[in-house]
Amino acid sequence: MRPLLYLGNVVTLSFDTSKCTGCRMCLAVCPRAVFRPLNGKIEVVSRDACIECGACRRNCPSGALSVRAGVGCASGMINKMLGRKKACCVVDDDKPPSCQ
Amino acid sequence: MSPPRLDQTFVRGSIETPVGTVPKASTIFSLSDRLGACKVRWGIGRLSYTVDPGLYAIGGARPESPVFVTANYKMTFDLLRRALAGVDGWILVLDTQGINVWCAAGKGTFGTDELVERIESSRLPNVVTHRRLIVPQLGAPGVSAHEVRQRTGFQVIYGPIRADDLTAFLKGGLKATGEMRVKEFPFAERLALVPIEIVAAVKWTLFVAAVLYLVAFFISGFSPSKATDLTLPAVLALGVSILAGGALTPILLPWLPGRAFSTKGFCMGLLLALCVLLFNGFGIPSHAAIMVGGLAQLVSIPAIAAFLAMNFTGCSTFTSLSGVQKEMRLALPLAIGGMGLGLVLWIAAAAMGG
Repeated sequence: MRPLLYLGNVVTLSFDTSKCTGCRMCLAVCPRAVFRPLNGKIEVVSRDACIECGACRRNCPSGALSVRAGVGCASGMINKMLGRKKACCVVDDDKPPSCQ
Repeated sequence: MSPPRLDQTFVRGSIETPVGTVPKASTIFSLSDRLGACKVRWGIGRLSYTVDPGLYAIGGARPESPVFVTANYKMTFDLLRRALAGVDGWILVLDTQGINVWCAAGKGTFGTDELVERIESSRLPNVVTHRRLIVPQLGAPGVSAHEVRQRTGFQVIYGPIRADDLTAFLKGGLKATGEMRVKEFPFAERLALVPIEIVAAVKWTLFVAAVLYLVAFFISGFSPSKATDLTLPAVLALGVSILAGGALTPILLPWLPGRAFSTKGFCMGLLLALCVLLFNGFGIPSHAAIMVGGLAQLVSIPAIAAFLAMNFTGCSTFTSLSGVQKEMRLALPLAIGGMGLGLVLWIAAAAMGG
């Protein structure tokens, strides 16, 4: 089956080739096959598949990847807007948990 | 921190280690585990379906056996121990407050700090002779492998996404294939998430139906039978909306038009709304009130379905924060507007003696 894709051209993922050391951690952690190896480094091949989970950025030892990480969860955002802190899903988009 | 209790239902005996007694987890998925999983799928006790965090043994765990890290949501833990049948190893359960690995990693509770603290509190370095941890790939949004290594000396090896692939991963020398690394969202997974959506939506519907009944009771001049007649089409609209947005949209997700979930839900809702109107004989409106009442259903069903479908973004595996924000900016006001207009039309129809 064709891979499911969400809205196009919205994600905040960016990659700095000059900082990449080719350690390939991003290839191991990305659950959406956004990257592929290229000339001892990596390249972004399917940007729109990125879900901004932040796994690549958190596991990139050289800081070559950056993304505003968070969870794409509408009910979490609504819970936050309504100030429901105890709901099982609350997304804080000002300070996403996976952002340092 | 106290070690995991030995009287948990899945514990079968224990293993003595240099740091004391470690409970041994069964790799059998029993009938009660199955029933428990079924209950939480329907939202019964979901937030307290937990196991004790800490270290467990699997099979004949030895000091050189691999360590698997997981969350303390019992369904997650059960999937892991079942997948490890025939394997000798250790399971290090992090305290994610009963949340699965991926969601907890997104929140940061399945994270570097918790992992480092759990390694220390369970005195793992005294139990195993190696310094490797197999962490589920979907834990990576919360865990920084290089930071864990710096702080504890343990090397994080990201295992496959699905626990079922673990034996193949172990046989392949701790190497995951490309297929093991990609998260899809197949039919069975979408279907499994439908009950919890329905339960949440039905709870709201009961509340809304009660309020609508009260309104109808006043409009109808305090007649319980008239109030019931007025409320029923609204309840029908709510039920059909839940079917469209909470059940059919998730199930038919890849085949519905549009990329935004609200678009998909709107289309499904519109289709079912038209079916309802055809069924009610909207083609030949005999009475103005019936027409306005039908219009109320036509407006509100797609709006509610779009809203419910949008709420499914968090359950899906392929949405992003930026994307959901973009979708919500347009879809949320439209959905609320549609629901409001539907309500106004319904009150108008009721006042006209619908």
